[in-house]
Amino acid sequence: MMGALSKSNNTNTMRFCMVFVSFIILYICAVLWNIMSGSVDISASEIFGIIFNGDKTNTVAYNVVWKIRLPRLMLASLLGGALSLSGFLIQTFFRNPIAGPFVLGISSGAKMFLAVVTIAMNGFFSRMPLSVTVIASFVGSLLSMLLVLLFTGRVKNMSMLLVIGIMISYICSAVTDLLINFANESDIVNLTHWSLGSFSAASWQDVRISAFIIIPTVIAIFCFSKPMFAYSLGEEYARSLGLNVKIFRIFLVVSTGILSACVVSFAGPISFVGIAVPHIARMLLRSSKPIMMIPVTFVCGAFFCVVCDLAARMLFSPTELSISTVTSIIGAPIVIWLMISRRKNGTGQ
Amino acid sequence: MERDSNNLFKLEMTSATVGYNGIPLIKDINISVKKGEIITLIGPNGAGKSTILKSISRHLSLIAGTVYIDGRNMRLMNGKETALKMSVMLTERIKPELMTCRELVSAGRYPYTGGFGLLTPKDREIVEKSLERVNAADIADKDVTAISDGQRQRVLLARALCQEPEIIILDEPTSYLDIRNKIELLDILSVMAKKEDIAVIMSLHEIDLAERISDKIVCVKGDRIYSYGTPAEIFSDSNISSLYDIKKGSFNALLGSIELKKPEGQIKCFVLGGNGTGIPFYRALQKKGIAFAAGILPKNDIDCVAALPLASEVVFSEPFMPITPEQVKKAKALIDSVSYIADCGCVLGEYNKANAELLEYAVKNGKTVIKSPDEIAETIL
Repeated sequence: MMGALSKSNNTNTMRFCMVFVSFIILYICAVLWNIMSGSVDISASEIFGIIFNGDKTNTVAYNVVWKIRLPRLMLASLLGGALSLSGFLIQTFFRNPIAGPFVLGISSGAKMFLAVVTIAMNGFFSRMPLSVTVIASFVGSLLSMLLVLLFTGRVKNMSMLLVIGIMISYICSAVTDLLINFANESDIVNLTHWSLGSFSAASWQDVRISAFIIIPTVIAIFCFSKPMFAYSLGEEYARSLGLNVKIFRIFLVVSTGILSACVVSFAGPISFVGIAVPHIARMLLRSSKPIMMIPVTFVCGAFFCVVCDLAARMLFSPTELSISTVTSIIGAPIVIWLMISRRKNGTGQ
Repeated sequence: MERDSNNLFKLEMTSATVGYNGIPLIKDINISVKKGEIITLIGPNGAGKSTILKSISRHLSLIAGTVYIDGRNMRLMNGKETALKMSVMLTERIKPELMTCRELVSAGRYPYTGGFGLLTPKDREIVEKSLERVNAADIADKDVTAISDGQRQRVLLARALCQEPEIIILDEPTSYLDIRNKIELLDILSVMAKKEDIAVIMSLHEIDLAERISDKIVCVKGDRIYSYGTPAEIFSDSNISSLYDIKKGSFNALLGSIELKKPEGQIKCFVLGGNGTGIPFYRALQKKGIAFAAGILPKNDIDCVAALPLASEVVFSEPFMPITPEQVKKAKALIDSVSYIADCGCVLGEYNKANAELLEYAVKNGKTVIKSPDEIAETIL
């Protein structure tokens, strides 16, 4: 008995280590490939020199690497990880594998607020500064999150909350459409551009701000992996184990909201990452234990977004695709394939 | 609010009022359970059994009154303290993604593990032991969504046991289970209660099983506790029938069995049974809705017990006494009024030889004789 017991425990830990390390290696490979690819050809040795020795002999290459590619890469990694993790949280929250981070109306709330700000500010700026876009969408996502949070306290049934989230999305979209109807085409270019989603024009400033928000949130989430496991059994069982479900639910919604608001404000709504990545992580781990899922989901999301961003930049270069185009085309088939193969294998045993 | 620490009761609910959203549903509840005791809540659907259980487990807050664990007011205990004393098995369906039975059971260690919920070797040992106690060690690595209802209930019980509770609360643990799994689950429970001195409070729909497993029964109906006592005190035919408002059938307290509604109308058949041979005939007649009479049966005959709730008339004799002429006369009068007689083929001995005389009498009077329950459908119109 003891043999079988320690064996099953070891295989779990082994599997986790293997998956985690593989993703770190894959991520590093993707990062290297990403830095080297682009319209300006820079050799591997040159890049090595630029990054580690601060070699400024080739100014153009130095600027491309330090001012364009690296911040973009860092931002894609951070936001990709954050988006995937928020997807995992929202799936845990609703106990529904199809739920994504934007079901709570966060992205549409952001879009609506951005539309309002864009139109209101029209007189002040000839072109919206990026910082205003970021702040407006962040505030918008937090507002819709707060609205959902108000309902979280009252609604006992999770599926009701899901419906409320979807309804809030619809209302926000309708208001946005209404505003767009009365706006000039040229005024909403910014909005249209934003809603496609992209990591382009990332600066170190963006990276610093998002890291400042995302990293502490992720650490906090990891520290809550124990109650999250209890919560995945269902609220009544969680409560009987001594968990304060009400507070924990608020924690889940707030941390999901912060992560996805951060993503939305810096890169626009990016579809499918939040749904697909937690699935990939879960299937590979063959477990949904949060303590293993949280780190794997984050690294996997970072890897996924770096690869998708590379594809967005390079596939039809010099034309750049929107990041959502790539993530959907890659993400949706992965989800379908995973769902079907899971049915076939029964339960992953 | 501390009570006497030598208090005998593991758990005590005193003058409690329970309900949802502050609206009282059941008032003045007084229930107490000692260690090793099993208390079962019975009562009609929607009577509030789950409401009471959820109020004890603090899923609902009490409107009035107090629940004490070991004499301590539960209101003053935090979630962890309660979790160390009490575990639950609920009707809430759990559908976790990709979780093995072992992982589910290990969740019971939650109140004992540290900040990251990592299991120590001792925790793992308790998880395995809990799985073995419910005979679920063989399915430990299966996914929770891939097991049968019976297995799932056992795994959920293992989860509750893994919490090493002194009190277990179970809300309808036997629903969805077939008869074998019901018996097995209740057997595990009763062994566990006695061996490990765990106090068990549960609700059951199967009153027959409730009678057999429980030390005390709580009947819940209306806005109060209908009755509360030992199974012997609670289980009388009339008490159960009125608890559940049974009008279209009956409950037999002696056998713990349920009978459907008695056929109504003109008596068409007289069943000559005894020693259990009559029961298949009674059932067949009841299913066809044909009213019948049965006789002549000694009061202690199993056929007599079975015939009473089903037959329109039963002619019975005193236990271990020969049939009297008056009883024969009564039976003959009944035979005169019917057109069919069922000969169940009961052995005829010293005490019931009069039944042979009745059969002869019926044949002589041109009554149709039915010899097997299968013939009833074709013969009687």
